Amino acid sequence: MSDLPANARVVVIGAGIVGNSVVGHLADLGWREIVQIDKGPLPNPGGSTGHASNFIFPVDHNKEMAMLTLDSQRQYEDMGVNVTCGGIEVARTPERMEELRRRMSSAKNWDMEAHLVSPAEIKELVPFINEQILLGGAYYPTVSAVDSLRAGTIFRERAQGLGALQTFANTEILGIETHRGRVKAVVTDRGRIEAEFIVIACGVWSPRIARMAGATIPLTPAVHQMIDVGPIPILQESGKELAFPIVRDMDTYMYERQTAGSMEVGSYAHRPIFHSPDEIPSLAEARLSPTELPFTADDFDDQLEDALELMPEILSGAEIKYAVNGLLSLTPDAMPLIGETVEVRNLWSAAAIWIKEGPGTGRAVAEWMTHGYPDLDPHASDIARFYPYARTERHVRARCAEHFNKTYGIVHPREQWASERNKRMSPFHARTQALGAVYFEAGGWERPHWYESNAPLVGEYAVEDRPHEWDRRWWSPIQNAEHLAMRERVGMVDLSPFVIFDFTGPGAANYLQRMTVNNVDVAVGRSVYTPLLTESGGFKADLTIMRLDDEHFRVITGAFDGPRDRHWFRTHLPEDASVHFEDLTSAFVTIGVWGPKARDLVQSITDHDLSNEAFPYGSTQPVDFGSINARLFRISYVGDLGWEIYVPSEQGMPMWDRLWEAGQAFGVVPVGAGVYGTTGRIEKGYRLMGAELESEYNPVEAGLARPRVKDAEFIGKDAYLKARQEEPAATLCTLTVEDHISPRDGIKRYPTGREPITTPSGSRIVDRKGRPSYVTTAGAGPSTGKFLLMSYLPPEHAVEGTDLAVMYMNELYPVKVAVVGSTPFFDPKDERMKA
Amino acid sequence: MNRVLVYIEHDDGVIAETSMQALTFGGGLGEVEVVSVGETALGGWQIQHPLLTDYAPEAIAESLAQLVGAEMPGVVLAGGTERGNEVMAHVAALLDLPLAANVTEVRPSGDAWDLTRIRWGGSLLEEATLTAIVKLATVAPHVIEAANFPFRAATVFTPELADELARTMVFERVTLSEGITLTTAPVVVSGGRGVGSPEGFAVLEELAGMLGGAVGCSRVVTNNGWRPHSDQVGQTGTRVAPNLYIACGISGAIQHWVGMMASKNVLAINNDAEAPMVTKADYAVIGDLHPILDAIVAEVRRRRAG
Amino acid sequence: MRLLVCVKRVPAPGARINLTEDAQAIDARHLSFTVSPHEECAVEEAIRLKEIHGGSVTVMTLGPAEAEEQLRYAVSVGADQAALLVTNGSDWDPQATAAALAARIAEAEAADGVFDLILVGNESADSGGYQVGVRVAHTLGRPIVGGIKGLAIEDGFVSARRETGSAVEVYRLPLPAMVAVKEGINLPRYPTLPGRLKAKKAEVASAPASANPGGLVMNRLLTPAEQKTTTTILGRGPEAAPAVVDLFEELGLL
Repeated sequence: MSDLPANARVVVIGAGIVGNSVVGHLADLGWREIVQIDKGPLPNPGGSTGHASNFIFPVDHNKEMAMLTLDSQRQYEDMGVNVTCGGIEVARTPERMEELRRRMSSAKNWDMEAHLVSPAEIKELVPFINEQILLGGAYYPTVSAVDSLRAGTIFRERAQGLGALQTFANTEILGIETHRGRVKAVVTDRGRIEAEFIVIACGVWSPRIARMAGATIPLTPAVHQMIDVGPIPILQESGKELAFPIVRDMDTYMYERQTAGSMEVGSYAHRPIFHSPDEIPSLAEARLSPTELPFTADDFDDQLEDALELMPEILSGAEIKYAVNGLLSLTPDAMPLIGETVEVRNLWSAAAIWIKEGPGTGRAVAEWMTHGYPDLDPHASDIARFYPYARTERHVRARCAEHFNKTYGIVHPREQWASERNKRMSPFHARTQALGAVYFEAGGWERPHWYESNAPLVGEYAVEDRPHEWDRRWWSPIQNAEHLAMRERVGMVDLSPFVIFDFTGPGAANYLQRMTVNNVDVAVGRSVYTPLLTESGGFKADLTIMRLDDEHFRVITGAFDGPRDRHWFRTHLPEDASVHFEDLTSAFVTIGVWGPKARDLVQSITDHDLSNEAFPYGSTQPVDFGSINARLFRISYVGDLGWEIYVPSEQGMPMWDRLWEAGQAFGVVPVGAGVYGTTGRIEKGYRLMGAELESEYNPVEAGLARPRVKDAEFIGKDAYLKARQEEPAATLCTLTVEDHISPRDGIKRYPTGREPITTPSGSRIVDRKGRPSYVTTAGAGPSTGKFLLMSYLPPEHAVEGTDLAVMYMNELYPVKVAVVGSTPFFDPKDERMKA
Repeated sequence: MNRVLVYIEHDDGVIAETSMQALTFGGGLGEVEVVSVGETALGGWQIQHPLLTDYAPEAIAESLAQLVGAEMPGVVLAGGTERGNEVMAHVAALLDLPLAANVTEVRPSGDAWDLTRIRWGGSLLEEATLTAIVKLATVAPHVIEAANFPFRAATVFTPELADELARTMVFERVTLSEGITLTTAPVVVSGGRGVGSPEGFAVLEELAGMLGGAVGCSRVVTNNGWRPHSDQVGQTGTRVAPNLYIACGISGAIQHWVGMMASKNVLAINNDAEAPMVTKADYAVIGDLHPILDAIVAEVRRRRAG
Repeated sequence: MRLLVCVKRVPAPGARINLTEDAQAIDARHLSFTVSPHEECAVEEAIRLKEIHGGSVTVMTLGPAEAEEQLRYAVSVGADQAALLVTNGSDWDPQATAAALAARIAEAEAADGVFDLILVGNESADSGGYQVGVRVAHTLGRPIVGGIKGLAIEDGFVSARRETGSAVEVYRLPLPAMVAVKEGINLPRYPTLPGRLKAKKAEVASAPASANPGGLVMNRLLTPAEQKTTTTILGRGPEAAPAVVDLFEELGLL
């Protein structure tokens, strides 16, 4: 065994599928002097890769996960370790059948083959299944099983072949040294290596290794139970490792997967069982491997009955030959943790990644480290997405406990968490609660989504309810009623979750110019709405900046993107301390006041001149309301006259009370985020980061390109200039649903978002860059009388008046292109807002 | 001085190595007196009775118990073998005395003994206190090197044995009719995932045949249906302890390791020098296993011919 | 035919065994529990005898309340009844263990008839005292032989095979009798799914056991000094063949 080198460009810790994939891709991208370390032996160091079930069901509602999985499957295929066997998700309940129909839409979106199959057809594919208990299923012919250990070896060999990699097995990390917030070296039991970069790819051990550097990787090791049952003659006679499709028994949260002559039965149905990364036994201490813990049979008994019911013929006689509590990584939102840690520069995380997305995620991490951002938008996997409260062990465990049984669950797109609520509260929470606020979570905040006290408005505005439970779930007709009341009178919106960054100092203006697309060098008291781009010209962020003084700028961004934006800003700060960054999110609280009577209301409690001339649209001014020191910002995300009112947090309650009392004379209504985030926004065609805006699209496509490009350099400028020269491959459009009646059920249905936009006959629409058209946001436009969808469409379809279709629950509904580009469908000239 | 009776096992006068060790061990505890059963006079106490024509644990133990009753020694020892432990367990039961099996060290402490004995087949040790008028113990094999023992003249001891004690005497003695099995084979040639296919086992069969050994395999192999389950070595298969275990293309997962860790010598053939089987083995050859095995078979053939 | 198997709950350790801080036991936080391998085979053998001769198999253990898990496992592979003598959790010495088991067995026999054959493991995996079975046999007045790797019952006798190097000794014990069996006598089956479900619902007859300590008292456990193996690399690729065959000769295999 050779000695550890004293220096490396990058040290990758972990030799499971993730670490191996990262070293392989780093080498491909030109990195050299890569050192990979694992405390276990090769090729199976004893982590979760070693006991993985290794199968891939590519279909996922989540685009990012679907893309990572698809890329991974392609990579496995290229390495010759991908065996296609097909897979079936079976349904025992009508709810599940509906979910499978929804999965047809997702399969269509990401171009994965999928068919609904009858019980008889399932029986043909899997002759030993008890089809009597099934209502049907979804058959995915491209489902496969992979050899993830072999793939890992191939990745390593690829990197070694390029002379890029040295791998050291049986080497334990003892510490990580940092210097001025950057990584400096790893200390192992076989020596110390100075390194510019460190990647933590240690699966369930990652939090422990990160902590050595003072960083957090918010995951918890959790148990997934599986048993191996055999021998089973029909499987033995097949003579193959996998002769039959893998079956996911979705309603019992289980799967049955052939492994040669026996059947592996796995479960996500048992109680959540967590372990601490510090408590995982070592290779020597463990009976099987550190991540194959003793099987707790009691937790599995109910599943045995379910499995027997599904496959009685083969499972009743065979023996349980192997049973483990296998450890895997869970995160609070069930997505991976990739990217630079927020605490330590050049300390990267590649953790909480399962076999099915391993190689794709490894590629994304390597690209990110190389180019500053990966090709695929890693939005939902970015480790920087968590606020500090969400990185605590308590939060991680509570959320993981809640979603573990939803691994095969039916999760509504708007579904809210039950655990870890009331962790971030507005100072006037008591007031909104008294008004019957129904809270949705936004960045951990309790944000009113609608107010039950507004229920009488539903009748007043004759708002139609939704007949189908699914469409109505996590929704209320009150939202539309609040919307209409706001458009007629005035509404108050709790915007406490807003994220606020201040940049001060002599370099602030130049720094922000470099970060943003639009010119921020505006007059004091003016504001700029601007995207931030990646080097390749895709969206990185989308936010508003106020200039408060020559050397003082205030950035306002949304609750969902706050932590990611914070990391992006911080890591791009100049080294010379010419710019001072301060996160003032907790210092201020914001109330939005909008509607035709907003000026009357606000003016009624201050002498400050709020006329259009004195306080034009887009400007900001400090305004005192008695002894409350507020800052008003005349802007709107709902398309109506009004202000965002910023006050010190401790004055939030008095400010709310003041507005509320004064508002009574103007018929003020409390308005929830259902209006702010969806109905008000979609009527105005406002784009949302993470929905319409992602790094795979550019401002030209999103209709956000300004007539002129500023002279100053900024991140992504070259790509942006290039994009402006080309015809956009797709343009973001607003569409109207022309007929809501379901051909199958004869009742009105309302898409929830992420459904494919197809030709009227149901053919996929794909732009010249290979990107499919799908619904980025769906929502009512109550003031327009239409249900609206946003979607990118290629030029041939991005023509106003074009008839297309949306595929919802495996049915087609006619839609029409109403607006191409960013012109609002409602009040196209913004007359209301600028009144 | 403390009188120490040591029950020795012998085959027509050839004394078992473990018994010699027990004699040496006993020498450290007091004045040793040999106890043997059978016609061969080995000095010390020679137990003779018409019933004792073959190994008979109950009858031998009864004889020993009577001898102990008559002589009242301070200590009775035997080797920690299958027979030694069995006979001493009967003695202990007959005399209602405690027994410490597989002792490695004794530290007399007043009337009692502080002692150390093995647990978990030697993976662990136990410190214990033995309190008894007559201390019964077996000596764990190989904790002491056998020294020469000065055998003196024998005294015949004839116990009174009830006829019914013949019920546990060897009734019949036969040579093994079965062929070489995994558990009895002196060599096990075992294959793992690296063998690649059912056909790949042909060369393992050939080598095993040449060495009078048996073929084993890992769990992956039986799971793949390449070999029957009866060939599986490991936690979920058979545990083996051959003189030489040849692990071909087996990475050395613990579940396999526990099935063969009792092997006296382990030779790993693997293309991964860092595989646990390689790092834990006594000997290793690094490289692709098929060419290596072919070369080994050829070399054995060449030497036999030569 | 009435069959009884006595088993012991023991941890299933990995390649390294850790001790609790007070050195009184194995640190089993990450370990599962099982019965000693010999006893696993004893259970299997009893079930096979039942399959041939009919009757019932009872499993009995003395141990902590958790030992119910091991009894249920035995039921899941085919045992019919389970009896648990509940201790406070500490490991009892062999004399105390044997006395409690013998008393419980005598009770069971008084109630439901004599066990034709009682099977025990040759020695427990953990403490390895080699005597509990023999002591129980003496208390019950039964013949017993150990090291058994083959069993057959015929005409009121059990014929038991024991391997001693080159030969096989056959014993012929009149029933009722006891045997201490060794791993290798059979390949124990694993539970089936229905077996496991049946075991879950099975009744375990639990009763507290009272200790009557004997003269061997365990003070503490310790880990022996680790023997570091060094691997001798005989070579790379086919060129290593002569060195390998030298090794065969050295070991006397040729």
